[in-house]
Parts: sequence; structure tokens; C-alpha cells
Amino acid sequence: MSFLTLFIIIPLLTIVGILLCKNHLQVKWVAVVGMSLQLITAIVLILVFLAERRAGNMAEVLFVQDNIWYETLNIHFYIGVDGVSVAMIGLTALVVFAGIFASWDIVDLPREFFTSLILLASGVFGFFISLDLFTMFLFYELAVIPMYLLIGIWGSGPRHYSAMKLTLMLMGGSALILLGMVGLYVNSAPGGGPLTFNLIQISKIHISIESQRFLFPFLFVGFGVLGALFPFHTWSPDGHASAPTAVSMLHAGVLMKLGGYGCYRVAVFLLPEAAHQMGWIFLILATIGVIYGAFGALWQKDLKYINAYSSVSHCSLVLFAILMFNQTALTGAIIQMISHGIMTALFFALIGMIYGRTHTRYINEMGGLMKVMPFLAVAYVIAGLASLGLPGFSGFVAEMTIFVGAFQNADVFHRVCTIIAASSIVVTAVYILRVIGILLLGKIRNPAYELITDAKWHDKISVVALIFGITLIGLAPLWLSDMISQGLGPIMQKLLAAAPILN
Amino acid sequence: MLIMRHELLLITITVILLIVEIFLPNTQKHKIILPAILLMAAVTLVGFIPGTPGVLFGGMYQSTALTMMLKNILNIGVLIIFIQSVDWLKQDQNKEKVSEFFILILSTLIGMNYMISSGDFLMFYLGLELATIPIAALAAYERYKEKSAEAGVKLIFTSALSSGILLYGLSMIYGTTGTMYFADVAPLITGAPLQVLAFIFFFTGMAFKISLVPFHLWTADVYEGAPVNVASYLSVISKGAAVFILTIILYTVFAKIVVIWSQMLYIIIILTITVGNLFAMRQQNLKRFLAFSSIAQAGFILLGIIGQSQLGMTTAIYFVLVYIFSNLGAFGVVAIISNRTGKETINDYDGLYRTNPKLSLVMMLALFSLAGIPPLAGFFGKFFLFTAAGKQGYFILLLIALLNTIISLYYYLLVIKAMLLNSNDQPIAKFKSDCYTRLGLVLCVAGMAVIGFASVIYENIFNLSFGIF
Repeated sequence: MSFLTLFIIIPLLTIVGILLCKNHLQVKWVAVVGMSLQLITAIVLILVFLAERRAGNMAEVLFVQDNIWYETLNIHFYIGVDGVSVAMIGLTALVVFAGIFASWDIVDLPREFFTSLILLASGVFGFFISLDLFTMFLFYELAVIPMYLLIGIWGSGPRHYSAMKLTLMLMGGSALILLGMVGLYVNSAPGGGPLTFNLIQISKIHISIESQRFLFPFLFVGFGVLGALFPFHTWSPDGHASAPTAVSMLHAGVLMKLGGYGCYRVAVFLLPEAAHQMGWIFLILATIGVIYGAFGALWQKDLKYINAYSSVSHCSLVLFAILMFNQTALTGAIIQMISHGIMTALFFALIGMIYGRTHTRYINEMGGLMKVMPFLAVAYVIAGLASLGLPGFSGFVAEMTIFVGAFQNADVFHRVCTIIAASSIVVTAVYILRVIGILLLGKIRNPAYELITDAKWHDKISVVALIFGITLIGLAPLWLSDMISQGLGPIMQKLLAAAPILN
Repeated sequence: MLIMRHELLLITITVILLIVEIFLPNTQKHKIILPAILLMAAVTLVGFIPGTPGVLFGGMYQSTALTMMLKNILNIGVLIIFIQSVDWLKQDQNKEKVSEFFILILSTLIGMNYMISSGDFLMFYLGLELATIPIAALAAYERYKEKSAEAGVKLIFTSALSSGILLYGLSMIYGTTGTMYFADVAPLITGAPLQVLAFIFFFTGMAFKISLVPFHLWTADVYEGAPVNVASYLSVISKGAAVFILTIILYTVFAKIVVIWSQMLYIIIILTITVGNLFAMRQQNLKRFLAFSSIAQAGFILLGIIGQSQLGMTTAIYFVLVYIFSNLGAFGVVAIISNRTGKETINDYDGLYRTNPKLSLVMMLALFSLAGIPPLAGFFGKFFLFTAAGKQGYFILLLIALLNTIISLYYYLLVIKAMLLNSNDQPIAKFKSDCYTRLGLVLCVAGMAVIGFASVIYENIFNLSFGIF
């Protein structure tokens, strides 16, 4: 048995532990212990993976486990990881760990809250380790559905509306994905033989171009809904604004990455020719999303809405980079997913902490918070600087790689898209600095805020863990980008093989 | 005689109950509950002992590994319904006629068993009638309630009408082929206009039983008026048995005109799923709500049958099994709450989680399973149905069905929203349900949790359904 199964077993055991707890405090500590174990396992996985690669093990996926599940339909429980999924698992473990500490103050039904949260996390982990489309889809839906309860019960504002909108839109996306996956299954054995959901096996065969053209939009849009593809992103601002802190963190930080990862791992990887042919449509949409999200953030007054629109912008950038179809841009896309995941989780954690103290999220009502809560304020500045891509933080590495990669496409269309997308960096700088200026600097406008206290111990753990992630990637990006680029080998081969057929 | 084991066992316990009923004084009638459930449990268990397949009455009755499994599935469902009805049967107004409930349900079950095992249209019709008429009596069981009586009358009228139509179709089949035996009819089906007409009449009759659109109009009224446990019986057992026999007849007798009936099913599926879902959205009464949801589910089941494939048939049967557990879970919760508080609308369920967390949890799981959310069994059932339809190449149909799953998710979430999200000044008070209800609900939850992961069940159905090809 591969030790990757631990990533599903640990959350499940944690849930069992939580259900056996007697009081609130026990619930929290069980959750902390479980998710710390998960984080340690993830770190061990990264180290072991890097060691394996250094030792020369160049297999496409490592730590494989393959059990047959449904013999008739040829469905397997098939798991394994490559460089990309290892990176995503590391991100997930970090954000979930920070999320547990950020939701320390949950009073209402804590048992149910942490159960749903960890169920969501186990869905995400399962998704990233799956190599069989069936299990992948199972975990995908498992990750999406607890969101309804998490936002609906513990959210704020128009939470019922937001929860319903988010759930229905995401499940609508997953309906399209299901159609695409069934299509892949049906086309998975062109030469006869048993059909399969095995992702690696499907990537080895050639699917007819007609089928590809039919299936690609379903898969790309289906995953794109979760990846905030314009114009299917509208669940995101409402959902993030209404969600409780830890859920916003997990949702923007990890769950939206499921969309980007799915677009890359299923849609583009398995249907490269259709991706080449139809990519331009989605490239236009992604470019619009990048610039639209940035401008959207500029107009908002609510901190959570600002960050939600900024997430739309950054996640569209991921899709934008995937659709550039070259090694550099793809590496950038993955780094951007990780960088944005940590950064936005930090943002949402801080917003939650600020809201918990000031009881408002409107930037106009706040001011001068640097004086009363220096720790949180400095952390906010760090998150902001990372978001606008300052060198030394993860955002710079990601965006730099993406735009360098995007510029390698020399035709006018791609150049124009790249220039438009790149200009969003300026807008990002404007809205980030504007918020920092109004929120943190200047005089304290509301006298009641003089009494605010700074971060508590559990807030600090959460924030420090995430800042550590941001700076680690920002200062030492090479191990990560090497790990990712190696993982991109198979998809690049497929994309390069697909290009001449079309030209 | 071991060939007819299932039916004989059921007849035996029905007769036993009938005799005991005669000798029990009116005040003691409720004492029959536990023995009846134990007898049913014993019969269910005995049903799983592998039997000998064979043919009786010159081919009118046939027993195969497949039919035995189908009967076992129905037995399990009936057993759960028996367990769930105890709380309702113990109420004062029902105490005196407890045994009637068991005897009537068992006689319909016997009818269904004969129907599934029929090798001849006459036998099939006999079983169908035996399976239908007692249900009408059951629907009118709470005769002191006007709605219950109305439900009974509605059911008997629609049943009579549908039986008439079906019989008309059967007479045409006899007219064109000169025989009633499935095996003899099958090669003589050529797709001649009269035979197609006969098929349409036959199918219409069955569509009434499965409540497919546009023959669904009786469903909501009957479910609403009938006692909850009878409604759940109608929605899972009656429907399940009708789906089973419809599949068998379509695949064996009408195999040659598969193109014609697939086109019919295509339209009926779209209508059934869409209309069922759209109407379910607007319902306030949970019994009506579940009625429309079960109409939509029937459309999903047909998705497996269309196009005639072994995979599809396996999946349809598998889905019925999953559906029995999920729907009975939902009905079980509705039943106990209706018994204890008399509340049946969605608004009444506001804030249920705060007062009765376990019941709401079961309800949530059941609805998620109906909506096809992992890791519950409903997800596996739906996924396989879609795979089977996709394998047949019905991608447009698949897309429509998938969009419908979103609508269905919406209205299932409405109930979950009421229970978990909404707050309420006067929620349903906390109450303790009896151990029978709890056992019934635990069985349902266990079924929903296990059936998906235990692939052996699916493989088993697949292997047994070889019999038909």
C-alpha cells in the first residue's frame, strides 16, 4: 500500500476523533493534531519525492497504488503523484493547517464545522492524488458539497443565497465535467479492449479529433467554473464574502486550484489537439477575467470582496498561463496556483482576524490599524506586497515566469493578450496600496478601535505558517520550479506532438 | 417446488398471519407486529440461499438467478418498510387493524414476485393485478381521513384504467402472434404497425405503474393522501418491481424492436426527469415533494434501460437497490415526524437540526444520496447510469439529464437548508423515536454508506443478469 493513502486516512481518522470528542476544546485539538500530522506527512512526501527524483527515479508518477474496484466498468482505485501534484498537496496541507488555527473562535456547532472542513480537505487531497478519472470526480464532488453547509451555517451576510449560488454553479460545472469524463471513457479504447478511466492510460492513446473537439469545451468549462473562468466566476465574490474565515481561506486557497489543476491535468493533457484549436476562445475569456477581476477589486469597499475579485484575477491568470501551452508558462501557472493559494489564504485569514476585532469589513470605516495591531498590519502589508508581485515574495516568481512564458508565443494575438494581462499588475498595485493606505496607515478614525488587541497565539501560528510559505517560495523558488517542470514532461510531449498535426 | 420458494414462503407467512389474526382479540392485535417482522426477516434471509433455477406450469413461471435476486431486493425493502411502520401502527386509531397492513402488503409482494417470474403475459397480468389492488386498500387505510380515502379511490381508478390499457395491448399481441408465452412471442415481433401499437399500449400501462410523465398525474395526490409508509411502499417497492419486469420484457420480448422503444424512452426520459424536477421545486408538502422527486428518479432509472445493454440493465437494477435505501431513509424520517407531530411541510422542518440532530442527519444523507453526492451510494448509481447511457452514445440525453441533476440538487438542498440553516422560533420539539424507527433508519444509512463502496454487489448483479441475454 502506498503511503499516499495516508492523505485520505488521516482526515477520516480525524473526523472519527472529532465525532468522539466531548467538548469544544477537545474538538479543536483533535483537528489540530490531525492536520499537523497531515502537514508533516506532506512535508515528508515532498522530501521523499525530491530524494527519489535526485536518485534518478524518473517514472512519470511515483508512489503508485493500483487496486481494482469495479471490475465490470474497469474502475480502479489508482493513486500516484508527480511533481505538480506533490506541490499542490503541500499547498493544501499548509492552508488547511493554517485554516484550523484561523477558525479557533468558532462557537456555534464546532464539531460540525470542523467535520465539514476536514471532509472538504480530504476531498481535495483525494483529488490531487487520484489518477483515475472516477475517483478524481468522486473526490472533486466530495470537496465541493461541504461548502454549502460551511457557508450556509457559519457564514455572514446573505449566506443562504451565496451558499446556494456557489453550490449550484460548482455542481453545474461538475455536471459538465462528468459528461466530459464519460466521453473520455467511451473513447478510451479506440483499438478495442476494455474501456478505462485511467488517466495515464488515456494520455497514451490518441483520441480522434472530432471527439476531442466535442469533449474539450465541457471539460475546460466544467473545471473552469471552479477556476473562476470569466463569465462563470460570479459565485466566487459572493461565496467568498459570505464564507467564514477558514472556509474563504480553503476555498480561495485550495478549492479554486482544483479548477486550474483539472483544466491542466484533464482537459489540456488528455485533449491536446482540441486545446490547440479551441484554446484561443478560452484565452480571450481568461484575459478578460484577469483584467476584469483587477478592476472589480478596485471598485469594492468590502475587504472580502476586494480579495475575492483579486482571486478571480489571479486564478484567471492561471488559466491564461495554461493556455499558453509552453513549458515556462505552465510552470508559472503551477507556481501561481501555489503562490496565490498561500497568499490569498493569508489575506482571508487576516481579514477574518481584522473583522473579528473591528466588526466591520468596510475599509472606509477603518483606519490607522497599524498603531493598534502592528503584527496583523505588517502581515497584511506582506500579503499585499506578495500579491502585487514584489521580488522576494512568491507572487513575483509566479507572475514573472508566466509572462516570460506567455511572451514566447510570438504571434500578434498572444502578444496582445499577454500585454493586456500584464497590465493588470499595475491595477493590482493600485488596489492593494489603496487598501493598505486607508486601512492601516493614517489616524485611527474610530475611537473604539484604540482598545483593539493584537493577534492572539493561534492567529500568530496561522499567519506565520503562511508567511513562511510565501517567503520560502519567493526566496528559494528553484527546487519548486524544478520539481514542477519535471512533472510537466508528459504534457509538453503531448502538446508538442499535437502542434505539427494542426499546422 | 423449491423453484417457487420465494412465493411459497411469502404465502406461508401471509396465511400464518391471517390465522393468528382470527384468534387474536381486538385489543391484542398489535402483538402481531414483532412476529410479523421476524417472519419477514426470516423469509428475506432464506431468500438468499442459492436456489435452483427452473420453469413451472409449462413455462408460465420461470425462476432464474436474476429473478431470485430481484425478489431478494424487494424483500429487503419490504422488511425495512415493516420496521419503519411500527411506530405508526402502534397509534390508537390503527391498533385494531395492524394485521391487515401486513397481510395486504404481503399479498402485493406475492403479486410482484409472480410478475417478475412470469414467462407468459397471462401470468404477468395476474401478478400485476394482485400487486395493484391491495395497495389501493392500503392507501385508504386511514379511512377516518378524507384525503386517505380519496387517495385510495384515485389509485384504484388509475390502476383500473392502466390495467385496461395494458390488457388491450396484450390482446393485440395475442392477435398478431397467436401466443402469450414470452419465448414464443419474441421471435414473432417484427415491428408491424399493430405490434408497435400493442407495444405502446403495453408500455402506457407500465408507465402508469412507474409513474412516468405524462402518466404521473395520480402520483402526488396519492402519496399525499396515503399513510407515509404506504407512500414509501408505492414509491420504492411497487415502482422497483414494475421497473424490473419492464426491463425483462423489453429486453426479452421486444428485443427486436429496440430501435422503436429506445426512441420512445428517449422522449419519455426527458419529459419525466424535467417535469418531475420542475414540479418538485414548487412543493411545500414533503410527501408531494418526495412524490415528484421519485418521478424524476424513475426517469433516471430508464436512462439505464435505454439502448439495451447488459451494463445498462445491471445499473438500472443497481440504481433501484440504491434508490430503495435512499428513499426509504427520507420517507422514514418524514414518517416519524409526521406521526409524532403531524407536521409535513418543508417550513415545519426549519431548525430541525438544533432539536433532532440525528433525524436531520439521516434526512440529509438520504437526500444527498438521492441527489447523487459522494461518497453515498446514490453517487455511484447515478455515475454508472450516466456511464451506461454515454456508452450507448446518448450524449445529448446525458447532458439534459445532467442539467436536471442540478435542478434536483437545488430542491434537495432546500430541505437541507430548512433543517440546518434556517432558524425557527417554534421548531419541532425534541422527541425520542422508538427503537424500530431507529433500526429502520440505521439500516437505510448503512445501505447508503456500503452499497457504493462494496463493488461486489454491482459485480454480482452484472454476473446474474447474464441470464437474460
